[in-house]
Amino acid sequence: MKVIKIDKKDWARGLDKASGAYRLFGPVKDKECHHFKELDKGELPDFNFSNTRLSAKAVVFPQTEAMFEYSLDENKADHHVMKECGKNDAPRAVIGIRPCDAFAFQLVKRNFDNPEYRDPWWVKAYESATFVGLACKNPCETCFCTSAGGGPFDEKGLDALLLDAGEHFLAKAVTEKGKKFLQNAGWNTETDADIEALKKDAESKISSVVHTDRLKDKTTMTLYDAPFWEEAAFACLNCGTCTYSCPTCWCFDIQDETHGKSGFRMRNWDSCMYPLFTLHGSGHNPRGTKIHRVRQRFMHKLKYYVDKYGDGIQCVGCGRCIRLCPVNIDIRNICEKMNSYEL
Amino acid sequence: MSNYTDKIREISERLLKQGKVDMVIGFKKGTVPMMNEPCFVKKPEDISKLVWDSHCGINLANYLTDRKEKIGVIAKGCDSRNIVTHVIENKIKREQLFIIGVPCEGMIDRRKIASMFQTGSETEILSVAEQNGKIIVRTKDGEKTSERADLLQKNCALCVHRNPVIYDELVAEPVAEQKNIDRYADIREIEAMPPDQKWQYFDDLFSACIRCYACRNACPLCYCPTCFVDESRPQWVGKSTDPIDTKTFHFLRAYHCAGRCTDCGSCERVCPVGINMRVLTRKLEKDCFESFGWEAGLSLEQRPPLDVYKTNDPEDFIK
Repeated sequence: MKVIKIDKKDWARGLDKASGAYRLFGPVKDKECHHFKELDKGELPDFNFSNTRLSAKAVVFPQTEAMFEYSLDENKADHHVMKECGKNDAPRAVIGIRPCDAFAFQLVKRNFDNPEYRDPWWVKAYESATFVGLACKNPCETCFCTSAGGGPFDEKGLDALLLDAGEHFLAKAVTEKGKKFLQNAGWNTETDADIEALKKDAESKISSVVHTDRLKDKTTMTLYDAPFWEEAAFACLNCGTCTYSCPTCWCFDIQDETHGKSGFRMRNWDSCMYPLFTLHGSGHNPRGTKIHRVRQRFMHKLKYYVDKYGDGIQCVGCGRCIRLCPVNIDIRNICEKMNSYEL
Repeated sequence: MSNYTDKIREISERLLKQGKVDMVIGFKKGTVPMMNEPCFVKKPEDISKLVWDSHCGINLANYLTDRKEKIGVIAKGCDSRNIVTHVIENKIKREQLFIIGVPCEGMIDRRKIASMFQTGSETEILSVAEQNGKIIVRTKDGEKTSERADLLQKNCALCVHRNPVIYDELVAEPVAEQKNIDRYADIREIEAMPPDQKWQYFDDLFSACIRCYACRNACPLCYCPTCFVDESRPQWVGKSTDPIDTKTFHFLRAYHCAGRCTDCGSCERVCPVGINMRVLTRKLEKDCFESFGWEAGLSLEQRPPLDVYKTNDPEDFIK
């Protein structure tokens, strides 16, 4: 498809037009970092960021999501009946999502939308979304998207790709959804601009290379029993920073919360780093120690997922867990250890 | 302080070779600027892993809890005070430890360094070096040099116990303690707020919290086998991002630290979203100081104020 040129003077007007057809989400700065939120009327996304502190996953998969509501009031006819909560599934456009975060939805989709299971809320939210990505011209030192099947201009998870070219944006529709969004915004000035050179330039700035090629050939138990886990896990605090900031971590926990006579059944993000994560009703916990939990996180991302889906690792190389880990546990090092480990 | 590395290695190697300890707990060089990773060394030949610089802010007492080995541990002033607290609270035995004391001149604040470059767009810090009391920060756009003293972590700037209070060997001569420090100026400001404003302040303070529990888990005091927020029978606190539950977590955790917190700053340092939860623990620290003349972790001989009963207690309700 042709590349569209958007004069920055037309940016706010275009978004305003689009907001007639879409709920707009974008990065905004609050205190020390950027995060994705639904934009208020007239509020513009702020692109002065490398990436948002947390990923954009909450736009589709909120940290806390009400699924059902119920009443315990026996005077009501429908007491003790779980009723699905109403959701706003109106079309939403996620403006300024980085290609890594958008690609992450493709990985997460395997869990939430597959022939065996379809998670109704995730699927509806995902299908209602148009991802208008912002190409990464200056990737961070901790980014390794090109080792994880993506790239700073990667289009796989996107409906449209935006590129900040100084005075103007360049936009490229990747899917019909993306084309429709650009039309809705009234941006249609075609240009012959070529983004390939800029793409190559951005890719060449990715300095982290992580090898994943041999993971699939390793025997699961060889990696599981490898001697490096004690050392790898030592510093870990078992906090949820890595999993909560990760765009591909999909685990959740279901809780009922009752206030007086009414309540909600909700799901909250969960973390395999937490001791409660696999605690059985019997009191037994198969992942009772820190080493068990750290090993699980990396084995899931870098071995079980690799074997189950045969299409790479469960990581898009966004580098957040590296930047945010309070004790500097670095997935790049762990991945190299796993990839090169021989019995 | 970076010249401490050689001495730390020398002592650690000797301890391991002589079989005095099974492991040394210290820091290894991190993979990103301003980060080091807590680590252990069990073999003398691995000793070169150990480093010391201005980015060793994590409290290593946290890594001693309930360990059974004989351990050499590297301890700044605050770590040593938490080791004292650990010994008093039976989380480790003094005899198990060889404390390698580090006279500390404060750790560098990652957030202060990041904010030096917040001029509209975000700038990645590529390296942070230290030379003669200056900190040289390099980004893609060039270098900036600042006084080390201006870039200290907030708790370090207020620290009055930089030297280890308990140790078996020091890596260097003690450093001068900071004098005439007003530790509680900001706390008094919050105390003076009318209730509505105080409420607003706390709402805003914790609004970004994602309940990752990094603050709790980095804290050497938080070693409960099951934290009250993780209890499910009964469930004391909701697990969603409801702001009331989030604040309940922070307030109650702070109360659990009353009379025990050494203001090591680990909680604030590790927070992925930059919350200054130390205002809570320091309020309680201030109260303990004013009511009981108590500072946590200074002596193995004295019980903390909240775990003793005295017949001359000034409060009538307890008699």
